[in-house]
Formats: sequence, structure tokens, C-alpha cells
Amino acid sequence: MKYSTSFRSKIFDICNVLFLASLALTMLLPLISVFAKSFSGSNAIAKGEVFFWPVEFTLINYEYVFHDASIWRAFLVSLVVTVGGTFINLLATTSLAYPLSRPEYKGKKIILFMVLFTMIFSAPLIPSYLVVKNFGMVDTLWALIIPSMISAFNFFVMRSFFLNIPSTLIDAARIDGLGELGILFRIVLPLSKPVLATIGIFYGVSHWNSYQTALYYLNDPKLYPLQVKLRQMIVNDEMSVESNSVYSTIALNSPEGIQMATVVIATLPILLLYPFLQKHFVKGTMIGSIKE
Amino acid sequence: MKSTLVQQNLSTDQNITIKEKSRIRQTLSSLNKYKALYFISIPGILYFLIFKYVPLMGSVIAFKDYNIFAGIWDSAWVGLKHFQALFQNPDSIRVLKNTLLLSFYDILIFPAPLILALLLNELRLVLYKRFIQTIVYMPHFLSWVIISGLFIGILSPTTGIVNKLIEWLGHESIYFMGSEDFIRPILVLTYLWQSVGWGTIIYLAALAGVNPELYEAAKVDGANRLQQILNVTLPAILPTFSILFLLHIGHFLDFGFERVYVFLNPLNQANGDILDTYIYEVGLRNAQYSFTTAIGLFKSVVSLVLLVLANFVSKKVSGNSLY
Repeated sequence: MKYSTSFRSKIFDICNVLFLASLALTMLLPLISVFAKSFSGSNAIAKGEVFFWPVEFTLINYEYVFHDASIWRAFLVSLVVTVGGTFINLLATTSLAYPLSRPEYKGKKIILFMVLFTMIFSAPLIPSYLVVKNFGMVDTLWALIIPSMISAFNFFVMRSFFLNIPSTLIDAARIDGLGELGILFRIVLPLSKPVLATIGIFYGVSHWNSYQTALYYLNDPKLYPLQVKLRQMIVNDEMSVESNSVYSTIALNSPEGIQMATVVIATLPILLLYPFLQKHFVKGTMIGSIKE
Repeated sequence: MKSTLVQQNLSTDQNITIKEKSRIRQTLSSLNKYKALYFISIPGILYFLIFKYVPLMGSVIAFKDYNIFAGIWDSAWVGLKHFQALFQNPDSIRVLKNTLLLSFYDILIFPAPLILALLLNELRLVLYKRFIQTIVYMPHFLSWVIISGLFIGILSPTTGIVNKLIEWLGHESIYFMGSEDFIRPILVLTYLWQSVGWGTIIYLAALAGVNPELYEAAKVDGANRLQQILNVTLPAILPTFSILFLLHIGHFLDFGFERVYVFLNPLNQANGDILDTYIYEVGLRNAQYSFTTAIGLFKSVVSLVLLVLANFVSKKVSGNSLY
């Protein structure tokens, strides 16, 4: 009897290991195939010969991408919005979350409810669009930053972190003669580096991956961030090189190879930072879930 | 006698005013002392008022015929016309049906992360477990545009690996993205692919909190592994599961614009359009502001009602509640 249960348990273990391995493969293989295609020649791709290893190895797809000014511009826009946006996000979130974590702040219940309610009941798209439009932000990069300046979820994560800072520490700083802002900058923020990193990454990744806000608020192709540019390339096989250069023939012959090279470039920052991102994302998700 | 009474009254009046004054003075001095705190909180409060609450008030255009030149307040009232249109217009009925169907499929796959977490929890090799976790979390960090690029490539009728397999098995290749029949499974499966790994995090955290003595006790009582899972592990994460389920119900009708929109094209739109993509196409692109605001408002109200209802039921049945 004892033997049979442990035998069955072993069979289960083997099946489990194999099942999870194949699940992990389904997550990895699409990415590997993108890498392979981005380094492959147009003929091999068109014939469907490329799966997980480059065929007719070439760098020409990347050469094309590096010569396409519109892809560079899109990359730059995404970079500016991600860096600048994340900075503004952190500044705004901290300067609301910190006061609302202090017991001295009067009327915080009303404001906390105000923030919480936006998580449960969201305003429809059109009136939000009209507000952004009335501020003259349509067709400017501000539209990608200001309307999503503070995420209610991140606000609560940050506030719960601030709440855990011992108030004796803050009282001591007050007795030592620090003002309220001095306490924030010299005591609280240095202690809050982990949560700032986590929240910063939450915001940063969402800026980098954001597609819909640009779709809603931008009509000018010069302002398109990378995700919008990429989407156009996937849908239209649209290439934008002057028609008689060397690169136009590449574009004509290898649209899929170029798409895949752009996908690689758009994913690379995320993949390079992945170990770091994962650590902080997991932490942030846990803090958030405990609080809710 | 009378004069002393008056005197007394006066003095109590004075006492009250003095007390009130000192309370006001205290509040004022507290406001003054911590004025930096109030000051730095102003931008954040303004942000929520302007970008969340003004649009909420602006939603009155759902009950009006919004005219750009007349503005929000001077446009004519039309009552519930746009809400009626939502249930009469064949287009919006189709979209509503798609949305409900997809929401329903999403609920079907909702336990998937729980199952994956249980399987991960049964792995004995810690290193292997970490390795698998690292990989299954990864899709969460990819944008939907990139995910759509990956899957459109895989499902391509000429070069995609799925069709290579189908051809190898002796069938004709299928243009998956160009058919109404496949768009719903594609939407559900890609969502599963993107979110299943990430969804395990909270369950794994809950599992890590289970007291090991419970397993020891179960073993002593002669429970095998399956019995241990059913009687120890599962009850331990059930509260987490029900809270997450409540939150999910609260988002019943809005499961994300991007994850659907990136897969749509004119060939598969009929079965793939959801309320959010319809609002974008008809509202923003074709400027039917009032009608689509009504749809958005309808969506938010349904979500709120469902959340309150689900919370009530859960509180009655299992004692788990959001508030």
C-alpha cells in the first residue's frame, strides 16, 4: 500500500515537471522564433523555413531599422515619455501619498474615499477625452503623461508603505528641528527606496508598453511612440524609406524580417531589465494585495 | 435672582464661545503647523478632481445630444434616448453580445492561475520552480502590440508554425486571423498566455503562509498527496481566491481595450468587437459622443452593481468581503 502511493506520487511528480516545462516552452518559443526571424534572410522567412534558429543569417533587417528615421523617432518618443512620465508619476504619487499617510492630516478620509471610488467607478472615455482636449493636450506628448499622472493602485501601495514607517522616527526628527518637508526628503524618502523603485518600475513599464492613450490622443504621426509605430508595421507592412534607396528593396523583400527586428528592439529594454523588473514587480504586487 | 441667572447664562455662553474659539484656533494652528503637508497634496487632489471627477460630471452628455458648439451644459436634454439606442441598434447589440461572451469565457479561465500555483507548489526542486516561475511571469511584461505580433506570426497561413503543423498532418492551412470563427478563442487564449503565470504570484504568497504543521498532521492522519491538497492547501487559499474573484467580477464588462483591439481587423471584427473598441471606433473616430458616453456609463454602472452584488453574496456564503 505504502509502495503504491509513493509510486503514484512519483508518476505525478514526473508528469508535473514535464507539464510545467512544456508550458514554459510555449511562453519562450514565440520569442525565440522572433529572434530567429529577425536574423534571417527574406527568402527563408517567406518560405516558412525559419522556426527557432536563423536561416541564411543576415543583419540586413537591423540595418534597415537603424536607417529608418521614423522608427528611431518613435523609439525616442517612447524613451522621453517613459523617463519623463515616470519621474512626474513618482513626484505626484509621493506628494499625495505621503501627506495622506500622516495622522496629522485632517480630512484624509474624504480624500482617500475620493481616490478609492475612481477604482470602482471609472468615468467614460469620451468625457475624459473632452477634458484632455480642453486643456489643449491633444496632439502633444503631455496627453500621454498628465491624464495618467497618479494610478490609484500605486497610490495605495505607496501609502501603505509610508504608514509602516515608525512615527517615533518622525517625531524624533521633528524634535531635532526638521520641518515637514525636511522630514519627507531627509528621513522618509531615503527609507522608501524599495517602494520608489517598485512603483517607478510599475509606471515605467506601463509607459513603455502603452498603446491606447497614444491611439486616443495623438493624430500626428511624428509623435507616435514605438508601440503605435510597431502596430502600424504589423498591420500594414508599412515601410517608410525613400523609394529609390537600397533599403527600399529590403523593405519590399523582407517585411516580416523587419517587423521582427523592430519587435526585438522594442522588447529589448524590458528583457534586459527583466531580472530586476521581476523582483520589484512581485514585491509591489504583494504589498498591493495585502492592503486590499 | 433674575440678574444672576442672566449673568450665569452669559458666562456659559462666553465659555462656549471661548471653547469653540480655542478649538478653531487649535485647528488653525495645526493647519498652519503642517501647512507643507497640505500644500504638497494639492496637485494630487486637483489631478483626481480634474481628470476623474470632471469627466464623471461630464457624463451628463449621455442624457443629452452633445453639440460641440453648444458645449456640455447648453446641449439639449434627450433623456434615456441613447440608452434605448444601445439596446435597439443591431450593431451595439452585437457588440454587447460579444462582450458578454468574452467576459463569460474569461470567468471560465479564471481558476487557471490557481491550478498553476498548485502545480508549482508541488514541485520539489526549488531551483526548477524558480526557473519556471521566471519564464511564466515574462509575458506579463510584453505589450499587447508585441503579443499580437507574436501570435499573428505564429498563426500566419503561409509562414506560421501552427499551419506548418496542420499542413504536415495533411490538411489545408487556415487563415486564423481572417475569420470570425477564431477571433474569440484567440482573444481568450492569448489572455490566458499573457496572464496565467503572473496570476500565480498572489496564490503562491498565500501558499507560503500555510503552517507546515498542518501538512504534518495530515500525514499522520494518513492523508495522501491529493488529500493533502484538497484538505489543507485548497482551504488555505480559498479566501484569496474569492477576493480576487470579487475584484474580477467588478471588471466584468471592461477587460481591456488593448488586448482586444490589437487582434481586430475588418475580417474578424464582427465577432471580436467589444464595448471598449466600439466606443473608440464610433465615439472617438466618428464623433458620436453622447451615444458612446451612454455606453461607457452603462458599463461602469453594471460593474458597480455586480461588485456590490457579488460582495453581498460572498459575505453571506463564505464571510469574505471587500469592505
